[in-house]
Amino acid sequence: MSGMSEFLRSYLTVAWFGLAAVLLAGLLLWVSSLIRPSRPTREKLLTYESGVDPVGEGWSQSQVRYYIFALLFVVFDVEAVFIFPWATQLERYGAFGLAEMGLFIGVLLLGLVYAWRKGVLRWV
Amino acid sequence: MMQVLALEVPYWGQSLLRVLGGIVAVLLPAGTIVYVFLFKMMSFMQSRLGPMEAGPYGSLQLVAEVGKWLQKEDIVPERADPRIFKMAPIVVLASTFLLVAVVPFGPDAWFTNFEAGVFYALAVSSLSVLGILMAGWASANKYSLLGGLRAAGQLIAYELPMVLAVIGVIIQAETMNLQQIVVAQNAGEIFGFSGLGNPYLITQLVGFVIFMIAIQAELTQAPFDMPIAESELVSGYMTEYSGFRFLMFFIGEFATAGVFALITSVLFLGGWGVPFAWFGWTDVDSVSNWMNIVGPIIMFTKMMLIVFIIMWVRFSSPRFREDQLQRFAWKVLIPVSLGNIAITSIFKVVM
Repeated sequence: MSGMSEFLRSYLTVAWFGLAAVLLAGLLLWVSSLIRPSRPTREKLLTYESGVDPVGEGWSQSQVRYYIFALLFVVFDVEAVFIFPWATQLERYGAFGLAEMGLFIGVLLLGLVYAWRKGVLRWV
Repeated sequence: MMQVLALEVPYWGQSLLRVLGGIVAVLLPAGTIVYVFLFKMMSFMQSRLGPMEAGPYGSLQLVAEVGKWLQKEDIVPERADPRIFKMAPIVVLASTFLLVAVVPFGPDAWFTNFEAGVFYALAVSSLSVLGILMAGWASANKYSLLGGLRAAGQLIAYELPMVLAVIGVIIQAETMNLQQIVVAQNAGEIFGFSGLGNPYLITQLVGFVIFMIAIQAELTQAPFDMPIAESELVSGYMTEYSGFRFLMFFIGEFATAGVFALITSVLFLGGWGVPFAWFGWTDVDSVSNWMNIVGPIIMFTKMMLIVFIIMWVRFSSPRFREDQLQRFAWKVLIPVSLGNIAITSIFKVVM
């Protein structure tokens, strides 16, 4: 392990953390499976719809608004990815960096205003 | 973390210690939050005593609860997609564990010391959306699906203000390393006065408020609890869950509250540090070793303060409507946080 860089080591630690979560959950579920009852009946396994017999499929079509908001999210999240490295080096870039990022954010703000005017931001 | 012991610990031993520390850092805050806030504070705010039977002042109630949930039958609905249904709570829990890996608790007491720690934290915190969507979809239940989709819509809408609010902090600290952000705050000064350091709570107050609102929504606590609105959606994506898998969602919710509060305290309240001017420290290497013991205690105190605010709002607010929620995020929080970035960067360059 000594040949590994600090960077990769950190990610290995992260992997151990993920593994620990899965193992902990698995262990507790295993303990639970030793002491919990299992008596499935037809009614118990029905989909729960407030006590009424379920109607139709549970997997219904969803509205397009979720899709539009997801698209908007991707646009702004990518923007954020670009702003972060800039933010750490702002003092070096000075007024030049400020103007450049002003343009960048301005264009994205225009996009938000456009979506706003189009009425996309209304959740109806 | 290992330097404190001044021993040569082999790699697997270090990793084991780290993982054990991580488990404590996830479960201890979660347990404390549930007992102190969910059981006791909520009860007092509603003029009742809360659990009193198990242990003194009901302090062993948590143990009793876990014992109860362990014995509950694990029901997987007939129509559900069993594999994804069973995986979903584990994904939610795992995202909490991955998130805590990045929190520094002292000058040497850290799990991972990423240069882009803020990036990592923000990226991993959105993993829980995946678990929630999996749960909502795999349940094959209309309420669950609606709750899962609502949760996804809400979490991505409020992730943006959260990310953008952090940029103000990055501009001031000039680094994305969480450890360095702590150092920058405690070694900093406000207009030449270093007795307080420079906690970004003061100089980034707008960012802090936006961040707090956003984590309230990310944690789906009232007034942002439409995804699990029990009166409309019968608990949304958790409807079909029972027994221990439900408890895992529950633990995940409050553990994530604790970890988000830890990250907030790192970003805005100075993290594990005390103002370095008090002891004449200048950077992270000159910090005394006893901070590795005191640091986690300071972090825990700050975490409790922040969770107190989150729970205070939760217990005293009615629920937003879904359209109000989205309008608030897109038309108020995002423009304000972009304005905050602009003002902060102008200050940074001009001053």
